[in-house]
Amino acid sequence: MRVRTWKNPAWWFLLPSFTGVCIFYFIPYIDVFRRAFFSAAGGEFQGLDNFKTVLTNPAFQLAVKNTGLFMLVCIPLLLFLSLVIAVWIYRHSKIGNFLKTGFLLPMAIPVAAVVLLWRILFDDQGLLNGVLDRWGTGTCEWMDTRWAFVILVVSYIWKNLGYHIVLWLAGLSMIPDQIYEAAQMDGASDRVIFFRITLPNLLPMLFIIAVLALLNSFKVFREVYLVAGNYPNESIYMIQHLFNNWFRDLALDKMTAGAVLLSILLILLIFLLQKAWEDRA
Amino acid sequence: MKRKLSLFLIAFGAFIVIYPVIFLLAGSFMHPAELEEHLAPIVSPASQGFADWSLLPQIPTLRSYAKVLLEEPQFFMVFWNSVKIVAGVVAGQLLFGVPAAWGFARYEFRLKKLLFFIYIILMMLPFQVIMLSQYLVLRELSLLDSLWAIILPGAFSTFPVFVLYNFFRAIPESIMESARIDGASEFQIFFKIGIPLGKTGIIAALLLQFLEYWNVVEQPLIFLDREELWPLTLYLPEISLENAGQSLVAAVITLVPTMILFFLCKDHLEKGIVASAVKE
Repeated sequence: MRVRTWKNPAWWFLLPSFTGVCIFYFIPYIDVFRRAFFSAAGGEFQGLDNFKTVLTNPAFQLAVKNTGLFMLVCIPLLLFLSLVIAVWIYRHSKIGNFLKTGFLLPMAIPVAAVVLLWRILFDDQGLLNGVLDRWGTGTCEWMDTRWAFVILVVSYIWKNLGYHIVLWLAGLSMIPDQIYEAAQMDGASDRVIFFRITLPNLLPMLFIIAVLALLNSFKVFREVYLVAGNYPNESIYMIQHLFNNWFRDLALDKMTAGAVLLSILLILLIFLLQKAWEDRA
Repeated sequence: MKRKLSLFLIAFGAFIVIYPVIFLLAGSFMHPAELEEHLAPIVSPASQGFADWSLLPQIPTLRSYAKVLLEEPQFFMVFWNSVKIVAGVVAGQLLFGVPAAWGFARYEFRLKKLLFFIYIILMMLPFQVIMLSQYLVLRELSLLDSLWAIILPGAFSTFPVFVLYNFFRAIPESIMESARIDGASEFQIFFKIGIPLGKTGIIAALLLQFLEYWNVVEQPLIFLDREELWPLTLYLPEISLENAGQSLVAAVITLVPTMILFFLCKDHLEKGIVASAVKE
């Protein structure tokens, strides 16, 4: 039996990739779990002490709060906006296709270019404040106040809107036309059709789309870091800043315990995703 | 009326979304003096007032381009570093990721479910979770402070495998069966059927990976000490706005390869995005 397993051609295709994945991802990942239970200095078993230290650490609490709040605000907002635009594009396919390309474009704009724009736009004496000043409203230190958080949300949505519009469009195109036709025959209004037919049929996709939004939400860190460095305004101090700072300070106990907590949360989410996915098939 | 309004709103949204590209392009063709005039309040804190901007340059000039391309050897170095990183990562994905996706998609074997689950989890983890341990592995392999420290992990990252898996699943089993009856080996089937039929998926997965590594920030920050090895993403924010012309041109040059690829592979890209969500 064992010999047959290895004769399976699948292994010839998988083995090179799996070897690399093990070396660079899987073994390091297991190693993080092991380290979380030991002290970095002496190597003695710590039990759950590292976790206690992390959970009571104010910086950790702040970073988790900000990261969580960021996801709670921007993921629903992104899903809603992209759905509205996708439904519109689906109904106006001619001009829609053209606009869709426009919405996808920011995906291809390099972070480095975005950062340059941020610096010119949101500087204390930058373009945005210039506009506000002309309008007579007060100016604002964008990157040093809570507004930084808003800027982050906007730029996340700007970057990911197209990606999610395309995802929703795929969902929309899977709804058979006959259902719509039948509903129109019965005299259903646009509103009723949207809430009774479109939305329920899109529901199975909602979960995976949300998870992809989550995956991409970790990437805003790049812009934040390149603009604001290691210690940005408190409102955008994210998990990633904290981990980077712990790494530089060699606070390895906290780092590994924090990594384990974060990844358990993520695994729970992925588990739900898989279940939702399998239920569909 | 209502229709017109919604068209206007959506078109306006699309314009806002692509405006940054226009902004950078316009800026890169401005004369240094014009830029200086626009941006003085940001550059020198002593000056009063606010920065402003114009939609198009007053007198378009290639001065900033000439300056970057002729007088900045450092820019070529970083640009070249970025090219090496993405080329290595994409080549690695072709060599390892594409066959792996084929293996997952087309064969049944023990542990398949578990392995695929591991791939998905590793795809979801933010880099910071395994940063420390990956650092130690790379140190053990003496790869730190070389571009290989970015390239090798990138070549094995599992997101492209996930995207491609969905494409390879869609190929009907009957095609493979008839090839087998004609005496084709499993490798021949992969090269003659899998790769041509999965072309769209391969292009999409590689493009997504290209964008990911063209924008790489965290890994070089931790794994590279020498500034000569920096990619564009780390170098560009270091140019001070006193040389706004140079940073605008550098941003535009960073943008050009991604834009070309984007417009060449747009349709493939869309299908790739869809494949990351739709189960066949």
